[in-house]
Amino acid sequence: MSQVELTKPKKRRKIKGDGAWGYAFIAVALVVFAMFTAYPVVSAFIISFQKYKPLGSSFVGFDNYIATFKDPLFGKSVVNTIVYTVLTVPVALILSFGVSILVLPLKKKLQTTFKAIYYLPAVASGVALSVVWLWMFDPMSSGIFNKLISVFGISNQNWLGSSATAMFSLVLMAWLSSHGTSIIIYLAALLGIDESYYEAAELDGATFWKKIWYIVIPCLKPTTLFLLVTGVIGSFQVFQNAYLMTGGGPDNATTMVGLLIFNNAFKYFEFGKAAAQSLILAVIIAGISLAQFKFLGDDVEY
Amino acid sequence: MALYNVHAGNNKARYARNTVNVTILVLFAIATIFPIYFMVISSFGDPVEAGAMSYSLIPTKISFASYKFFFDYSEYSYRWLLNSTIVAACVTISNVFFASLAGYAFSKIRFKGRNVLFMVLLVAMMIPYQVTQVPLYILIVNIFHIQNTYSALILPGLVTVYNIFLAKQFMGSIPNEVIECAKIEGCNQFQIYYKIIMPLSKTVLAVMAILTFMESWNTFFWPFLVTNTMDMQTIQVGLKNFKFANTTYFAPMMAGATISAVPMFILFFSLQKYFLEGVTVGAVKG
Repeated sequence: MSQVELTKPKKRRKIKGDGAWGYAFIAVALVVFAMFTAYPVVSAFIISFQKYKPLGSSFVGFDNYIATFKDPLFGKSVVNTIVYTVLTVPVALILSFGVSILVLPLKKKLQTTFKAIYYLPAVASGVALSVVWLWMFDPMSSGIFNKLISVFGISNQNWLGSSATAMFSLVLMAWLSSHGTSIIIYLAALLGIDESYYEAAELDGATFWKKIWYIVIPCLKPTTLFLLVTGVIGSFQVFQNAYLMTGGGPDNATTMVGLLIFNNAFKYFEFGKAAAQSLILAVIIAGISLAQFKFLGDDVEY
Repeated sequence: MALYNVHAGNNKARYARNTVNVTILVLFAIATIFPIYFMVISSFGDPVEAGAMSYSLIPTKISFASYKFFFDYSEYSYRWLLNSTIVAACVTISNVFFASLAGYAFSKIRFKGRNVLFMVLLVAMMIPYQVTQVPLYILIVNIFHIQNTYSALILPGLVTVYNIFLAKQFMGSIPNEVIECAKIEGCNQFQIYYKIIMPLSKTVLAVMAILTFMESWNTFFWPFLVTNTMDMQTIQVGLKNFKFANTTYFAPMMAGATISAVPMFILFFSLQKYFLEGVTVGAVKG
Protein backbone atom coordinates (compact mmCIF):
# COMPACT_ATOMS: atom_id res chain seq x y z
CA MET A 1 0.00 0.00 0.00
CA SER A 2 2.73 2.38 1.00
CA GLN A 3 4.62 1.44 -2.08
CA VAL A 4 1.76 2.56 -4.28
CA GLU A 5 1.67 5.88 -2.53
CA LEU A 6 5.37 6.22 -2.99
CA THR A 7 5.30 5.61 -6.70
CA LYS A 8 2.28 7.77 -7.37
CA PRO A 9 3.90 11.20 -7.24
CA LYS A 10 6.78 9.86 -9.26
CA LYS A 11 4.39 8.66 -11.95
CA ARG A 12 2.71 12.02 -12.12
CA ARG A 13 6.05 13.67 -12.63
CA LYS A 14 6.84 11.26 -15.44
CA ILE A 15 3.64 12.10 -17.28
CA LYS A 16 4.38 15.78 -16.86
CA GLY A 17 7.80 15.30 -18.37
CA ASP A 18 6.39 13.29 -21.27
CA GLY A 19 3.74 15.91 -21.89
CA ALA A 20 6.42 18.26 -23.16
CA TRP A 21 7.59 15.54 -25.54
CA GLY A 22 4.02 15.12 -26.71
CA TYR A 23 3.67 18.78 -27.57
CA ALA A 24 7.07 18.78 -29.25
CA PHE A 25 6.11 15.77 -31.39
CA ILE A 26 2.88 17.28 -32.64
CA ALA A 27 4.28 20.81 -32.99
CA VAL A 28 5.11 20.71 -36.70
CA ALA A 29 1.92 18.88 -37.61
CA LEU A 30 -0.09 21.38 -35.61
CA VAL A 31 1.57 24.41 -37.17
CA VAL A 32 1.00 23.02 -40.67
CA PHE A 33 -2.59 22.20 -39.77
CA ALA A 34 -3.24 25.61 -38.24
CA MET A 35 -1.73 27.48 -41.14
CA PHE A 36 -2.98 25.47 -44.12
CA THR A 37 -6.27 24.01 -42.88
CA ALA A 38 -7.66 25.77 -39.81
CA TYR A 39 -6.79 29.31 -40.87
CA PRO A 40 -8.18 28.80 -44.41
CA VAL A 41 -11.46 27.44 -43.02
CA VAL A 42 -11.91 30.46 -40.76
CA SER A 43 -10.80 32.71 -43.57
CA ALA A 44 -13.34 31.11 -45.93
CA PHE A 45 -16.11 32.11 -43.53
CA ILE A 46 -14.92 35.70 -43.50
CA ILE A 47 -14.37 35.88 -47.27
CA SER A 48 -17.86 34.50 -47.88
CA PHE A 49 -19.31 37.69 -46.37
CA GLN A 50 -17.08 39.94 -48.42
CA LYS A 51 -16.60 41.18 -51.90
CA TYR A 52 -12.96 40.24 -52.18
CA LYS A 53 -10.37 42.66 -53.52
CA PRO A 54 -6.63 42.21 -53.04
CA LEU A 55 -6.40 45.67 -51.48
CA GLY A 56 -9.16 45.94 -48.91
CA SER A 57 -12.28 43.82 -49.27
CA SER A 58 -15.68 45.25 -48.50
CA PHE A 59 -18.21 43.60 -46.22
CA VAL A 60 -21.40 42.68 -48.08
CA GLY A 61 -23.33 40.63 -45.52
CA PHE A 62 -25.23 37.67 -46.92
CA ASP A 63 -25.10 38.94 -50.52
CA ASN A 64 -22.90 36.09 -51.73
CA TYR A 65 -25.21 33.50 -50.21
CA ILE A 66 -28.36 35.17 -51.55
CA ALA A 67 -26.81 35.50 -55.00
CA THR A 68 -25.87 31.81 -54.90
CA PHE A 69 -29.36 30.64 -54.03
CA LYS A 70 -30.85 32.87 -56.73
CA ASP A 71 -28.36 31.67 -59.33
CA PRO A 72 -30.07 29.05 -61.55
CA LEU A 73 -26.65 27.74 -62.51
CA PHE A 74 -25.92 26.81 -58.90
CA GLY A 75 -29.18 24.85 -58.75
CA LYS A 76 -28.33 23.14 -62.02
CA SER A 77 -24.85 22.25 -60.80
CA VAL A 78 -26.29 20.73 -57.61
CA VAL A 79 -28.71 18.65 -59.70
CA ASN A 80 -25.84 17.59 -61.99
CA THR A 81 -23.77 16.57 -58.99
CA ILE A 82 -26.63 14.53 -57.55
CA VAL A 83 -27.30 12.85 -60.90
CA TYR A 84 -23.62 12.02 -61.27
CA THR A 85 -23.44 10.65 -57.72
CA VAL A 86 -26.60 8.55 -58.02
CA LEU A 87 -25.42 7.07 -61.31
CA THR A 88 -21.84 6.34 -60.25
CA VAL A 89 -21.67 5.42 -56.56
CA PRO A 90 -24.31 2.64 -56.29
CA VAL A 91 -23.26 1.05 -59.59
CA ALA A 92 -19.63 1.12 -58.53
CA LEU A 93 -20.60 -0.54 -55.23
CA ILE A 94 -22.64 -3.30 -56.91
CA LEU A 95 -19.92 -3.90 -59.50
CA SER A 96 -17.19 -4.14 -56.86
CA PHE A 97 -19.34 -6.37 -54.67
CA GLY A 98 -20.01 -8.76 -57.56
CA VAL A 99 -16.40 -8.82 -58.63
CA SER A 100 -15.13 -9.49 -55.11
CA ILE A 101 -17.58 -12.39 -54.73
CA LEU A 102 -16.27 -13.84 -57.99
CA VAL A 103 -12.65 -13.38 -56.95
CA LEU A 104 -13.17 -15.00 -53.54
CA PRO A 105 -12.92 -18.74 -54.44
CA LEU A 106 -9.81 -18.30 -56.58
CA LYS A 107 -6.29 -19.14 -55.51
CA LYS A 108 -4.38 -16.50 -53.57
CA LYS A 109 -2.05 -15.71 -56.43
CA LEU A 110 -4.86 -15.22 -58.92
CA GLN A 111 -6.69 -13.04 -56.39
CA THR A 112 -3.68 -10.75 -56.13
CA THR A 113 -3.32 -10.53 -59.90
CA PHE A 114 -6.91 -9.46 -60.35
CA LYS A 115 -6.68 -7.00 -57.47
CA ALA A 116 -3.62 -5.42 -59.08
CA ILE A 117 -5.30 -5.15 -62.49
CA TYR A 118 -8.44 -3.55 -61.11
CA TYR A 119 -6.42 -1.13 -59.03
CA LEU A 120 -4.20 -0.02 -61.93
CA PRO A 121 -6.35 2.94 -63.14
CA ALA A 122 -6.17 4.40 -59.63
CA VAL A 123 -2.39 4.56 -59.99
CA ALA A 124 -2.45 6.52 -63.25
CA SER A 125 -2.85 10.26 -62.93
CA GLY A 126 -6.24 11.82 -63.55
CA VAL A 127 -4.77 14.03 -66.26
CA ALA A 128 -3.32 11.06 -68.15
CA LEU A 129 -6.60 9.14 -67.93
CA SER A 130 -8.62 12.14 -69.07
CA VAL A 131 -6.34 12.54 -72.10
CA VAL A 132 -6.88 8.91 -73.07
CA TRP A 133 -10.63 8.92 -72.50
CA LEU A 134 -10.94 12.12 -74.51
CA TRP A 135 -9.64 10.25 -77.53
CA MET A 136 -11.75 7.19 -76.87
CA PHE A 137 -14.78 9.48 -76.95
CA ASP A 138 -13.58 10.98 -80.25
CA PRO A 139 -16.75 12.11 -82.10
CA MET A 140 -15.31 11.02 -85.48
CA SER A 141 -16.35 7.63 -86.79
CA SER A 142 -12.83 6.40 -86.10
CA GLY A 143 -13.22 6.96 -82.35
CA ILE A 144 -13.09 3.83 -80.22
CA PHE A 145 -16.57 4.11 -78.76
CA ASN A 146 -18.12 5.07 -82.07
CA LYS A 147 -16.49 2.02 -83.65
CA LEU A 148 -17.84 -0.12 -80.83
CA ILE A 149 -21.44 1.05 -81.15
CA SER A 150 -21.34 0.91 -84.96
CA VAL A 151 -21.07 -2.87 -84.52
CA PHE A 152 -24.57 -2.70 -83.07
CA GLY A 153 -25.75 -0.45 -85.89
CA ILE A 154 -25.89 2.75 -83.80
CA SER A 155 -24.80 5.87 -85.60
CA ASN A 156 -21.95 8.16 -84.52
CA GLN A 157 -22.36 9.96 -81.23
CA ASN A 158 -20.79 13.23 -80.26
CA TRP A 159 -20.09 11.78 -76.84
CA LEU A 160 -18.74 14.70 -74.86
CA GLY A 161 -20.04 17.39 -77.19
CA SER A 162 -23.78 16.87 -76.90
CA SER A 163 -25.73 17.57 -73.76
CA ALA A 164 -27.63 14.28 -74.14
CA THR A 165 -24.55 12.09 -73.79
CA ALA A 166 -21.93 14.22 -72.03
CA MET A 167 -22.97 13.30 -68.51
CA PHE A 168 -23.33 9.64 -69.42
CA SER A 169 -19.83 9.67 -70.89
CA LEU A 170 -18.36 10.93 -67.62
CA VAL A 171 -20.37 8.33 -65.72
CA LEU A 172 -19.13 5.55 -68.00
CA MET A 173 -15.57 6.66 -67.38
CA ALA A 174 -16.17 6.55 -63.63
CA TRP A 175 -17.65 3.04 -63.83
CA LEU A 176 -14.60 1.68 -65.56
CA SER A 177 -11.83 3.43 -63.69
CA SER A 178 -12.73 3.86 -60.05
CA HIS A 179 -13.67 0.48 -58.60
CA GLY A 180 -10.20 -0.81 -57.67
CA THR A 181 -10.21 0.49 -54.13
CA SER A 182 -13.68 -0.78 -53.25
CA ILE A 183 -12.99 -4.23 -54.71
CA ILE A 184 -9.93 -4.61 -52.48
CA ILE A 185 -11.79 -3.38 -49.41
CA TYR A 186 -14.77 -5.67 -50.10
CA LEU A 187 -12.50 -8.64 -50.60
CA ALA A 188 -10.71 -7.99 -47.33
CA ALA A 189 -14.07 -7.85 -45.57
CA LEU A 190 -15.28 -11.04 -47.29
CA LEU A 191 -12.20 -12.91 -46.11
CA GLY A 192 -12.95 -11.73 -42.59
CA ILE A 193 -16.38 -13.38 -42.36
CA ASP A 194 -16.35 -16.21 -39.87
CA GLU A 195 -16.56 -19.63 -41.56
CA SER A 196 -18.91 -20.94 -38.88
CA TYR A 197 -21.74 -18.78 -40.22
CA TYR A 198 -21.57 -20.63 -43.53
CA GLU A 199 -21.35 -23.99 -41.77
CA ALA A 200 -24.45 -23.28 -39.75
CA ALA A 201 -26.28 -22.09 -42.85
CA GLU A 202 -25.29 -25.23 -44.75
CA LEU A 203 -26.67 -27.43 -42.00
CA ASP A 204 -29.94 -25.61 -42.53
CA GLY A 205 -29.68 -26.34 -46.22
CA ALA A 206 -29.03 -22.80 -47.40
CA THR A 207 -28.23 -22.32 -51.07
CA PHE A 208 -25.49 -20.07 -52.44
CA TRP A 209 -27.90 -17.16 -52.98
CA LYS A 210 -29.42 -17.56 -49.54
CA LYS A 211 -25.94 -17.41 -48.01
CA ILE A 212 -25.24 -14.22 -49.95
CA TRP A 213 -28.51 -12.68 -48.80
CA TYR A 214 -28.58 -13.77 -45.16
CA ILE A 215 -24.88 -13.85 -44.30
CA VAL A 216 -22.67 -11.93 -46.69
CA ILE A 217 -24.76 -8.81 -47.15
CA PRO A 218 -25.49 -8.28 -43.44
CA CYS A 219 -21.86 -9.01 -42.51
CA LEU A 220 -20.58 -6.54 -45.07
CA LYS A 221 -22.95 -3.79 -44.02
CA PRO A 222 -20.30 -1.72 -42.21
CA THR A 223 -18.02 -2.00 -45.24
CA THR A 224 -20.81 -0.99 -47.60
CA LEU A 225 -21.69 1.96 -45.42
CA PHE A 226 -18.05 3.05 -45.29
CA LEU A 227 -17.72 2.82 -49.08
CA LEU A 228 -21.06 4.52 -49.62
CA VAL A 229 -20.28 7.47 -47.38
CA THR A 230 -16.73 7.98 -48.66
CA GLY A 231 -17.96 7.45 -52.24
CA VAL A 232 -20.69 10.06 -51.93
CA ILE A 233 -18.37 12.54 -50.22
CA GLY A 234 -15.78 12.05 -52.95
CA SER A 235 -18.35 12.27 -55.70
CA PHE A 236 -19.72 15.56 -54.42
CA GLN A 237 -16.29 17.12 -54.64
CA VAL A 238 -15.42 15.67 -58.02
CA PHE A 239 -14.68 18.03 -60.85
CA GLN A 240 -11.30 17.15 -62.30
CA ASN A 241 -12.73 14.95 -65.07
CA ALA A 242 -15.43 17.48 -65.88
CA TYR A 243 -12.88 20.27 -65.94
CA LEU A 244 -10.39 18.43 -68.12
CA MET A 245 -12.79 16.68 -70.49
CA THR A 246 -15.84 18.86 -71.00
CA GLY A 247 -15.04 22.08 -69.17
CA GLY A 248 -18.55 21.80 -67.73
CA GLY A 249 -20.18 21.95 -71.14
CA PRO A 250 -22.03 21.58 -73.38
CA ASP A 251 -24.54 24.10 -72.10
CA ASN A 252 -23.44 23.40 -68.52
CA ALA A 253 -24.73 19.85 -68.76
CA THR A 254 -21.69 18.59 -66.83
CA THR A 255 -21.08 21.56 -64.54
CA MET A 256 -20.77 20.09 -61.05
CA VAL A 257 -20.71 22.14 -57.86
CA GLY A 258 -16.95 21.61 -57.52
CA LEU A 259 -16.35 22.93 -61.01
CA LEU A 260 -18.67 25.91 -60.52
CA ILE A 261 -16.75 26.88 -57.38
CA PHE A 262 -13.47 26.50 -59.21
CA ASN A 263 -14.68 28.67 -62.09
CA ASN A 264 -16.02 31.35 -59.79
CA ALA A 265 -12.78 31.45 -57.90
CA PHE A 266 -10.10 31.10 -60.51
CA LYS A 267 -11.79 32.05 -63.77
CA TYR A 268 -13.87 35.03 -62.64
CA PHE A 269 -11.93 35.72 -59.41
CA GLU A 270 -15.16 36.05 -57.43
CA PHE A 271 -13.56 34.77 -54.25
CA GLY A 272 -16.46 35.79 -52.01
CA LYS A 273 -19.01 33.91 -54.06
CA ALA A 274 -16.76 30.87 -54.36
CA ALA A 275 -16.20 30.79 -50.60
CA ALA A 276 -19.94 31.03 -49.91
CA GLN A 277 -20.66 28.21 -52.36
CA SER A 278 -17.91 26.01 -50.92
CA LEU A 279 -19.40 26.40 -47.44
CA ILE A 280 -22.84 25.50 -48.76
CA LEU A 281 -21.26 22.44 -50.37
CA ALA A 282 -19.66 21.53 -47.04
CA VAL A 283 -23.04 21.75 -45.30
CA ILE A 284 -24.70 19.61 -48.01
CA ILE A 285 -21.99 16.97 -47.70
CA ALA A 286 -22.19 16.93 -43.92
CA GLY A 287 -25.99 16.63 -44.09
CA ILE A 288 -25.91 13.72 -46.53
CA SER A 289 -23.24 11.87 -44.53
CA LEU A 290 -25.23 12.25 -41.33
CA ALA A 291 -28.41 11.06 -43.06
CA GLN A 292 -26.61 7.99 -44.39
CA PHE A 293 -25.33 7.10 -40.95
CA LYS A 294 -28.75 7.66 -39.41
CA PHE A 295 -30.79 5.63 -41.88
CA LEU A 296 -28.34 2.89 -42.73
CA GLY A 297 -25.98 2.76 -39.82
CA ASP A 298 -28.26 2.37 -36.83
CA ASP A 299 -26.79 -1.03 -36.01
CA VAL A 300 -23.27 -0.38 -37.23
CA GLU A 301 -20.61 0.41 -34.69
CA TYR A 302 -17.65 2.61 -35.46
CA MET B 1 -17.71 -25.11 -45.72
CA ALA B 2 -17.60 -21.68 -47.19
CA LEU B 3 -19.64 -19.29 -49.19
CA TYR B 4 -19.27 -21.50 -52.23
CA ASN B 5 -20.22 -25.17 -52.22
CA VAL B 6 -17.14 -27.24 -51.66
CA HIS B 7 -17.98 -29.84 -54.32
CA ALA B 8 -16.11 -32.42 -52.28
CA GLY B 9 -14.65 -35.05 -54.53
CA ASN B 10 -16.19 -33.33 -57.53
CA ASN B 11 -13.25 -31.52 -59.03
CA LYS B 12 -15.00 -31.09 -62.35
CA ALA B 13 -17.80 -28.98 -60.86
CA ARG B 14 -15.36 -26.79 -58.99
CA TYR B 15 -13.23 -26.42 -62.08
CA ALA B 16 -16.25 -25.42 -64.17
CA ARG B 17 -17.35 -22.87 -61.59
CA ASN B 18 -13.94 -21.24 -61.36
CA THR B 19 -13.70 -21.12 -65.14
CA VAL B 20 -16.95 -19.19 -65.31
CA ASN B 21 -15.75 -16.82 -62.60
CA VAL B 22 -12.40 -16.23 -64.24
CA THR B 23 -14.02 -15.62 -67.62
CA ILE B 24 -16.25 -12.88 -66.24
CA LEU B 25 -13.37 -11.38 -64.27
CA VAL B 26 -11.08 -11.36 -67.29
CA LEU B 27 -13.70 -9.58 -69.41
CA PHE B 28 -14.12 -6.96 -66.72
CA ALA B 29 -10.35 -6.67 -66.34
CA ILE B 30 -10.00 -6.05 -70.06
CA ALA B 31 -12.56 -3.25 -69.86
CA THR B 32 -10.66 -1.79 -66.90
CA ILE B 33 -7.19 -1.74 -68.36
CA PHE B 34 -8.14 -1.12 -71.96
CA PRO B 35 -7.63 2.69 -71.71
CA ILE B 36 -4.16 2.15 -70.30
CA TYR B 37 -3.33 -0.40 -72.98
CA PHE B 38 -4.68 1.98 -75.63
CA MET B 39 -2.56 4.81 -74.22
CA VAL B 40 0.69 2.86 -74.25
CA ILE B 41 0.12 1.24 -77.66
CA SER B 42 -0.85 4.51 -79.33
CA SER B 43 2.14 6.36 -77.94
CA PHE B 44 4.39 4.40 -80.29
CA GLY B 45 2.64 5.79 -83.37
CA ASP B 46 3.98 8.53 -85.63
CA PRO B 47 3.56 12.15 -84.52
CA VAL B 48 1.25 13.18 -87.34
CA GLU B 49 -1.93 15.19 -87.03
CA ALA B 50 -4.86 12.96 -86.29
CA GLY B 51 -7.38 14.31 -88.79
CA ALA B 52 -9.14 11.25 -90.04
CA MET B 53 -6.61 8.72 -88.81
CA SER B 54 -7.94 5.46 -87.51
CA TYR B 55 -6.72 4.09 -84.23
CA SER B 56 -5.28 0.65 -84.32
CA LEU B 57 -5.53 -1.61 -81.33
CA ILE B 58 -2.59 -3.75 -82.34
CA PRO B 59 0.81 -2.11 -82.57
CA THR B 60 1.91 -2.05 -86.21
CA LYS B 61 5.26 -0.41 -85.57
CA ILE B 62 7.23 0.87 -82.64
CA SER B 63 8.49 4.39 -83.03
CA PHE B 64 9.70 6.77 -80.36
CA ALA B 65 9.14 9.82 -82.54
CA SER B 66 6.06 10.84 -80.56
CA TYR B 67 8.05 10.82 -77.33
CA LYS B 68 10.62 13.05 -78.96
CA PHE B 69 7.81 15.32 -80.16
CA PHE B 70 6.48 15.60 -76.62
CA PHE B 71 9.87 16.41 -75.13
CA ASP B 72 10.63 18.91 -77.91
CA TYR B 73 7.44 20.85 -77.19
CA SER B 74 9.08 22.73 -74.35
CA GLU B 75 12.68 23.14 -73.31
CA TYR B 76 11.46 22.48 -69.79
CA SER B 77 9.76 19.14 -70.41
CA TYR B 78 12.49 17.22 -68.56
CA ARG B 79 12.31 19.78 -65.81
CA TRP B 80 8.62 18.88 -65.29
CA LEU B 81 9.62 15.34 -64.35
CA LEU B 82 12.34 16.66 -62.08
CA ASN B 83 9.93 19.12 -60.41
CA SER B 84 7.37 16.38 -59.81
CA THR B 85 10.05 14.17 -58.32
CA ILE B 86 11.41 16.92 -56.04
CA VAL B 87 7.98 17.93 -54.79
CA ALA B 88 6.73 14.38 -54.27
CA ALA B 89 9.95 13.34 -52.52
CA CYS B 90 9.91 16.31 -50.12
CA VAL B 91 6.24 15.86 -49.32
CA THR B 92 6.73 12.14 -48.75
CA ILE B 93 9.75 12.43 -46.45
CA SER B 94 8.14 15.18 -44.41
CA ASN B 95 4.87 13.27 -44.10
CA VAL B 96 6.51 10.03 -43.02
CA PHE B 97 8.58 11.80 -40.36
CA PHE B 98 6.14 14.38 -38.96
CA ALA B 99 2.94 12.36 -39.33
CA SER B 100 4.49 9.37 -37.55
CA LEU B 101 5.84 11.60 -34.77
CA ALA B 102 2.40 13.13 -34.30
CA GLY B 103 0.74 9.73 -34.63
CA TYR B 104 2.99 8.37 -31.88
CA ALA B 105 2.28 11.32 -29.63
CA PHE B 106 -1.48 11.02 -30.17
CA SER B 107 -1.52 7.28 -29.51
CA LYS B 108 1.01 6.77 -26.71
CA ILE B 109 1.99 9.98 -24.93
CA ARG B 110 -0.44 11.52 -22.49
CA PHE B 111 -0.67 15.26 -22.53
CA LYS B 112 -3.32 17.85 -21.84
CA GLY B 113 -5.76 18.49 -24.66
CA ARG B 114 -4.69 15.43 -26.62
CA ASN B 115 -8.14 14.06 -27.31
CA VAL B 116 -9.64 17.45 -28.08
CA LEU B 117 -6.87 18.23 -30.56
CA PHE B 118 -7.27 14.87 -32.26
CA MET B 119 -11.02 15.34 -32.54
CA VAL B 120 -10.43 18.71 -34.18
CA LEU B 121 -8.13 17.05 -36.71
CA LEU B 122 -10.71 14.35 -37.47
CA VAL B 123 -13.51 16.84 -37.96
CA ALA B 124 -11.28 18.88 -40.26
CA MET B 125 -10.82 15.80 -42.44
CA MET B 126 -14.52 15.99 -43.36
CA ILE B 127 -14.26 19.51 -44.77
CA PRO B 128 -14.25 19.45 -48.57
CA TYR B 129 -11.10 20.87 -50.06
CA GLN B 130 -13.06 23.45 -52.03
CA VAL B 131 -13.51 25.33 -48.75
CA THR B 132 -9.79 25.73 -48.11
CA GLN B 133 -8.76 26.17 -51.73
CA VAL B 134 -9.53 29.89 -52.11
CA PRO B 135 -8.09 31.10 -48.78
CA LEU B 136 -5.06 28.86 -49.30
CA TYR B 137 -4.49 30.43 -52.71
CA ILE B 138 -4.80 33.93 -51.22
CA LEU B 139 -2.42 32.96 -48.42
CA ILE B 140 0.26 31.66 -50.75
CA VAL B 141 -0.10 34.23 -53.53
CA ASN B 142 -1.25 37.46 -51.88
CA ILE B 143 0.12 37.16 -48.35
CA PHE B 144 3.29 35.06 -48.55
CA HIS B 145 4.04 36.03 -52.16
CA ILE B 146 5.63 32.66 -52.84
CA GLN B 147 3.71 31.60 -55.93
CA ASN B 148 5.77 29.80 -58.53
CA THR B 149 8.24 28.39 -56.01
CA TYR B 150 8.87 24.93 -54.64
CA SER B 151 7.73 26.19 -51.25
CA ALA B 152 4.29 26.95 -52.64
CA LEU B 153 4.06 23.44 -54.06
CA ILE B 154 5.38 21.67 -50.97
CA LEU B 155 4.32 23.61 -47.84
CA PRO B 156 0.54 22.92 -47.80
CA GLY B 157 1.19 19.19 -48.07
CA LEU B 158 3.92 18.85 -45.43
CA VAL B 159 1.75 16.78 -43.08
CA THR B 160 -1.73 15.54 -43.88
CA VAL B 161 -4.31 14.70 -41.26
CA TYR B 162 -5.01 11.42 -43.03
CA ASN B 163 -1.43 10.29 -42.52
CA ILE B 164 -1.47 11.27 -38.83
CA PHE B 165 -4.65 9.23 -38.47
CA LEU B 166 -3.07 6.27 -40.27
CA ALA B 167 -0.01 6.36 -38.01
CA LYS B 168 -2.09 6.75 -34.85
CA GLN B 169 -4.32 3.80 -35.75
CA PHE B 170 -1.34 1.53 -36.28
CA MET B 171 0.80 2.67 -33.36
CA GLY B 172 -2.13 2.33 -30.98
CA SER B 173 -1.76 -1.44 -31.38
CA ILE B 174 1.87 -1.50 -30.23
CA PRO B 175 1.85 -2.83 -26.63
CA ASN B 176 2.58 -0.27 -23.91
CA GLU B 177 4.96 -2.69 -22.18
CA VAL B 178 7.52 -2.23 -24.94
CA ILE B 179 7.55 1.50 -24.37
CA GLU B 180 7.64 1.17 -20.59
CA CYS B 181 10.61 -1.19 -20.82
CA ALA B 182 12.49 1.28 -22.97
CA LYS B 183 11.71 4.01 -20.47
CA ILE B 184 13.11 1.96 -17.63
CA GLU B 185 16.23 1.41 -19.69
CA GLY B 186 16.59 5.18 -19.75
CA CYS B 187 15.39 6.07 -23.22
CA ASN B 188 13.81 9.46 -23.67
CA GLN B 189 10.72 9.78 -25.81
CA PHE B 190 12.58 10.64 -28.99
CA GLN B 191 14.83 7.63 -28.56
CA ILE B 192 11.77 5.46 -28.01
CA TYR B 193 10.22 6.83 -31.17
CA TYR B 194 13.38 6.47 -33.20
CA LYS B 195 14.66 3.13 -31.91
CA ILE B 196 11.44 1.26 -31.16
CA ILE B 197 8.34 2.77 -32.72
CA MET B 198 9.83 3.50 -36.14
CA PRO B 199 11.19 -0.02 -36.72
CA LEU B 200 7.95 -1.59 -35.44
CA SER B 201 5.85 0.57 -37.76
CA LYS B 202 7.88 -0.08 -40.91
CA THR B 203 4.94 -1.52 -42.84
CA VAL B 204 2.55 1.31 -42.18
CA LEU B 205 5.25 3.88 -42.85
CA ALA B 206 6.02 2.21 -46.18
CA VAL B 207 2.33 2.26 -47.08
CA MET B 208 2.14 5.90 -46.08
CA ALA B 209 5.21 6.82 -48.10
CA ILE B 210 3.94 5.11 -51.23
CA LEU B 211 0.43 6.49 -51.14
CA THR B 212 1.69 9.99 -50.34
CA PHE B 213 4.23 9.91 -53.15
CA MET B 214 1.63 8.69 -55.62
CA GLU B 215 -0.89 11.32 -54.61
CA SER B 216 1.65 14.10 -54.78
CA TRP B 217 2.89 12.94 -58.18
CA ASN B 218 -0.62 12.73 -59.59
CA THR B 219 -1.96 15.94 -58.13
CA PHE B 220 -2.93 18.50 -60.70
CA PHE B 221 -4.94 21.44 -59.42
CA TRP B 222 -2.69 22.90 -56.76
CA PRO B 223 0.42 23.02 -58.98
CA PHE B 224 -1.80 24.31 -61.78
CA LEU B 225 -2.97 27.17 -59.54
CA VAL B 226 0.32 28.29 -58.03
CA THR B 227 2.74 27.93 -60.93
CA ASN B 228 2.81 30.29 -63.86
CA THR B 229 6.04 29.62 -65.69
CA MET B 230 6.91 26.41 -67.48
CA ASP B 231 10.13 25.85 -65.55
CA MET B 232 8.22 25.47 -62.28
CA GLN B 233 5.40 23.26 -63.51
CA THR B 234 5.00 19.60 -62.66
CA ILE B 235 4.51 16.86 -65.23
CA GLN B 236 0.72 16.84 -64.76
CA VAL B 237 0.41 20.56 -65.43
CA GLY B 238 2.85 20.27 -68.32
CA LEU B 239 0.81 17.48 -69.85
CA LYS B 240 -2.35 19.54 -69.60
CA ASN B 241 -0.67 22.52 -71.29
CA PHE B 242 0.72 20.28 -74.01
CA LYS B 243 -2.76 18.90 -74.55
CA PHE B 244 -4.22 22.37 -75.00
CA ALA B 245 -1.47 23.48 -77.36
CA ASN B 246 -1.55 20.38 -79.56
CA THR B 247 -5.17 19.33 -79.70
CA THR B 248 -4.80 17.28 -82.86
CA TYR B 249 -1.56 15.44 -82.21
CA PHE B 250 -2.87 12.13 -81.00
CA ALA B 251 0.23 9.97 -80.61
CA PRO B 252 2.39 12.62 -78.90
CA MET B 253 -0.43 13.25 -76.44
CA MET B 254 -0.52 9.56 -75.62
CA ALA B 255 3.26 9.62 -75.25
CA GLY B 256 2.92 12.48 -72.77
CA ALA B 257 0.22 10.67 -70.83
CA THR B 258 2.36 7.53 -70.76
CA ILE B 259 5.36 9.50 -69.48
CA SER B 260 3.29 10.99 -66.68
CA ALA B 261 1.87 7.60 -65.67
CA VAL B 262 4.76 5.18 -66.16
CA PRO B 263 6.81 6.15 -63.09
CA MET B 264 3.79 5.28 -60.95
CA PHE B 265 3.23 2.01 -62.82
CA ILE B 266 6.84 1.01 -62.15
CA LEU B 267 6.45 1.95 -58.49
CA PHE B 268 3.17 0.04 -58.35
CA PHE B 269 4.46 -3.18 -59.83
CA SER B 270 7.62 -3.20 -57.75
CA LEU B 271 5.84 -2.38 -54.48
CA GLN B 272 2.46 -3.93 -55.26
CA LYS B 273 2.13 -5.52 -51.84
CA TYR B 274 2.28 -2.18 -50.03
CA PHE B 275 -0.09 -0.50 -52.46
CA LEU B 276 -2.77 -3.16 -52.03
CA GLU B 277 -2.24 -3.21 -48.27
CA GLY B 278 -2.48 0.56 -48.12
CA VAL B 279 -5.99 0.53 -49.51
CA THR B 280 -7.35 -1.48 -46.61
CA VAL B 281 -5.26 0.08 -43.83
CA GLY B 282 -7.35 3.23 -43.76
CA ALA B 283 -10.66 1.41 -44.06
CA VAL B 284 -10.33 -1.12 -41.26
CA LYS B 285 -11.88 0.27 -38.16
CA GLY B 286 -9.87 0.33 -35.02
